[in-house]
Amino acid sequence: MVDTNELLSLDDLHAAGSVRSGRKHVLSVLVENKPGVLTRVSGLFTRRGFNIDTLSVGPTDDERISRITLTLDGASQPIDQVTKQLHKLINVLKIKDLQPAETVARELALFKVSCDPQTRSEIRELAEVFRGKIVDIGKKSIIAEITGERSKIEAFEKLVRPYGLVEMIRTGEVAISRGREET
Amino acid sequence: MRAVDAIMECLKAEGVDVVFGYPGGANLPTYDAFYDAGIHHVLVRHEAGAGHAAEGYAKATGRVGVAFGTSGPGATNLVTPIMDAMMDSVPVVFFTGQVRTELLGTDGFQEADTIGITMPAVKHSFLITDPREIPRTIHEAFHIASTGRPGPVVVDLPMDLTKADIPYEPVTDVQLPGYQPRTAGNAKQIRQAARALAAARRPVFYTGGGVISAGAHESLRELVREGGFPITSTLMGLGAYPAPDPQWLGMLGMHGTRAANYAVDEADLLVAIGCRFDDRVTGKLSEFAPRAKYIHIDVDPAEISKNIPAHIPIVGDAKLILPKLLEDYRTLDADKARMDDWWQRIHTWQDRHPLSYEPGENGEIKPQQVIQAIYNVTGGEAIISSDVGQHQMWAAQYFHYPEPRRWINSGGLGTMGFGLPAAIGAQMGMPDMLNVVVTGDGSIQMNIQELATIRQENIPVKVVILNNGYLGMVRQWQELFWQERYSQVDMHTFGGEEAFPDFVKLADAYGIRGLRLTESASLEDDLRAAFEAEGPAFIDVRVTRDEKVYPMIAPGEAARNMVG
Ligand SMILES: Cc1ncc(C[n+]2csc(CCOP(=O)(O)OP(=O)(O)O)c2C)c(N)n1
Ligand SMILES: [Mg+2]
Repeated sequence: MVDTNELLSLDDLHAAGSVRSGRKHVLSVLVENKPGVLTRVSGLFTRRGFNIDTLSVGPTDDERISRITLTLDGASQPIDQVTKQLHKLINVLKIKDLQPAETVARELALFKVSCDPQTRSEIRELAEVFRGKIVDIGKKSIIAEITGERSKIEAFEKLVRPYGLVEMIRTGEVAISRGREET
Repeated sequence: MRAVDAIMECLKAEGVDVVFGYPGGANLPTYDAFYDAGIHHVLVRHEAGAGHAAEGYAKATGRVGVAFGTSGPGATNLVTPIMDAMMDSVPVVFFTGQVRTELLGTDGFQEADTIGITMPAVKHSFLITDPREIPRTIHEAFHIASTGRPGPVVVDLPMDLTKADIPYEPVTDVQLPGYQPRTAGNAKQIRQAARALAAARRPVFYTGGGVISAGAHESLRELVREGGFPITSTLMGLGAYPAPDPQWLGMLGMHGTRAANYAVDEADLLVAIGCRFDDRVTGKLSEFAPRAKYIHIDVDPAEISKNIPAHIPIVGDAKLILPKLLEDYRTLDADKARMDDWWQRIHTWQDRHPLSYEPGENGEIKPQQVIQAIYNVTGGEAIISSDVGQHQMWAAQYFHYPEPRRWINSGGLGTMGFGLPAAIGAQMGMPDMLNVVVTGDGSIQMNIQELATIRQENIPVKVVILNNGYLGMVRQWQELFWQERYSQVDMHTFGGEEAFPDFVKLADAYGIRGLRLTESASLEDDLRAAFEAEGPAFIDVRVTRDEKVYPMIAPGEAARNMVG
């Protein structure tokens, strides 16, 4: 008979799962393009108390499939629970937790900023530095379009705020993995 | 073929022999098809009755239960059973009528957003938008309800679409790209679990309803017996391992036995199978089995590490995993003697703290005694459907379930009013079994209208009311935790000058045999006579009014601090 303790010590077992990663996560979720799917996803988040930072939905190259891109805070919730719960939705086909280093993420934002003839050109210059575009110019306001990672958009916001930010709209991030492999 | 006739064909193809339902405007076409479809339709008296009956049928047989309701109020009346089926993972397909497609979203007569209302309460749901989809959708619904972790599926049928003519061809190839429940279980993890079991000196098996859903009770029994392991189960898991038995510790959790709770508290390895670490089981989560490593086997990956992180997670079907686990365990040739001290400790707890109660005084009947009498009279050969309250806990503690699917109750949602309709379903599914409802004076009045269904179908269920005249469980909490401020718990069914309703007369009004038992000495004989007589019986047993369920882990407390 084998001494059972030689086989495995229970002390060597470590629990896994439900860990809080402490960083931002971008989940790319492929779903069937059917009515109500977005409601199921957002309803799940409400019910389970998961917080989404941003959510964007759009078509893919396959008309039967849509892609939902979610950004969440891995410090306030266990991401593995989030993905497991999402996977239980019948209409969810695939979920990828995109690794920051291997991901290209972009967000688009429109800023409507107050201006007078003098500040107008200053704002234009700022937008240029950010590789943004001026998409509308009025007498008292100007609209700039900025695309980039979240940090870039937030940096631009900080800079134009002092001029008087009338309003701002952001799409939420979309993301795709680098390299040949599909997201 | 009319779409509604195709629905009937689909039901038959799924092997459905009985459905439970209630007609209305929006499902008139479907009811026209029922007229001569050759499917037994049980007409309930409230849609909740249909839903719970479908659940009872599913729980008793393991097959998919089916319930029908009309749009609007019919559908909203089904919400409770839908949620109930979700919480207890019961395979039921709910068909709801819906207003005509052109009226959708216009607040049409009897329109309710059934898909929206039920969304957080379903495993999945379908709104039919094209009548040609109906057959495929129905088969998908049955597939989803019955596979993986079972659960409720809603199919919402707009009236105009059910009247359409469609080409019907049998569907045999259900495939859902986003739904592939995992089955086999990772071989390495199973091996690891076997090694952990062989190393454990204080192991405990903690099993839940999932073992029963998976039909894994045989393999569980084999593994536990061969290994000589102690085993406890949740409320939902009773019967998977037969009781009584030397290795059976009784139920765990809030009203579990001390032996089971203490064993879990001191365990070095917990083998959790088909269970979900519910708060009624764990008490204070951080102090649940604090010394243990966890093996967690479940078909739903989201349950693993949801409440407590597992050390050895195994996702899959317990029916496939447990035989492999046993096989691996055998090869390790573990020495049973390693658990000698452990068993000794468990036996001490068992000897010191058996379930017990003070016998009634002056011929008074104790509620626990009623359950013991039911057990003695039936020898355990009965399906017990229970309602929710103290009586439910006593039925879990004092009836010993020798087989799975003999104990039917609402565990997760705790739905009063579940018992009677569930027993109707259980009896329809298992016509040769004796079906007994254990209920309370409060619960029975929540779906008492189903006595008419019982009468109409001549369903021979025996309803035993543990009549304490109180919402006893609530009263117990008020006594223990709210300074005996008894607020709104006196049901006036027992005590005082005129108890109402008179359950015996009520039964009589329905044309069902009613009787009242008040004598402790003849209790067992009286019950036997009532069970042996043909047809249904409605039995008002007057029991001690202020009895409490013990032992108890107070909410949020640790198991080792059980009281009573
Ligand atoms: C639909 C519903 N409403 C309320 C409750 C809360 N509740 C739990 S047990 C209970 C008392 C049940 O009374 P009774 O059926 O007489 O059973 P007893 O506890 O007296 O045995 C109540 C009100 C519930 N579980 N379900
Ligand atoms: Mg009562």
